[in-house]
Amino acid sequence: MAELNINERQAGDVTVLDMSGKITIGEGSVALRTAIRRLLEEGKKRILLNLAGVGYIDSSGIGELVSSYTAINKEGGQLKLLNLTQKLQDLLTITKLLTVFDVYESEAEALNSFK
Amino acid sequence: MTVETTELSLPSRIDTVATAAAAVAEFVGRSGISDDAAFGIDMAVREAVTNAVLHGNRQDEEKTVDIILKSSPDAVEISVHDQGPGFNPEVVPDPTVQENILKTSGRGIFFMRNFMDEVDWSIRPGGGTTVRMLKRR
Repeated sequence: MAELNINERQAGDVTVLDMSGKITIGEGSVALRTAIRRLLEEGKKRILLNLAGVGYIDSSGIGELVSSYTAINKEGGQLKLLNLTQKLQDLLTITKLLTVFDVYESEAEALNSFK
Repeated sequence: MTVETTELSLPSRIDTVATAAAAVAEFVGRSGISDDAAFGIDMAVREAVTNAVLHGNRQDEEKTVDIILKSSPDAVEISVHDQGPGFNPEVVPDPTVQENILKTSGRGIFFMRNFMDEVDWSIRPGGGTTVRMLKRR
């Protein structure tokens, strides 16, 4: 089984990536990077990462979230986060990244925020 | 409780991070430490081994990452040794200051210090760097 599974779906003009597994150095981080690059190449710039199934992330994975955020912003798009686990929320708090990312607990609210 | 020690010697590859984390998780599980402490140890070990593989040994598979795990009634102590030239942890920038928040790297040592009670580095006379990390019970 892959370290990180990513399922893509479209909700209006927002692309939702449902993720489960680990975003850690190596396979997990690369899978996220590849998915974001492909979406940008396809012109999909409004992206919601559903992290409900991501139970573990390391500094490499957090670096990849930051890299995704800046790459999408640079293209004039938006990246938002949905359903953080408590552990991930704690990591984003201590790294002060919660002040950077737009984070939601409700998918409907997250999707509305793109409008 | 007696003192238990385990030693591992692993190749300088990215997949060593997961191998080391699994071995440490098993060791820590036997030591009876709390789940929260075990989570912190797991985070810190992954970061220490990542640094040893990437920055210390620069993924040179001729070089190994050597790990010593010790469990005592008071604490769990983990040492990770690489064969790199060493570095000064005091000059590593703080990733939480405004100008560094959006950097894509540089959070590993911050996590190690955040999740462990003691973290220190030493450069061995024969070469290589050892990071020693301690988590009290």
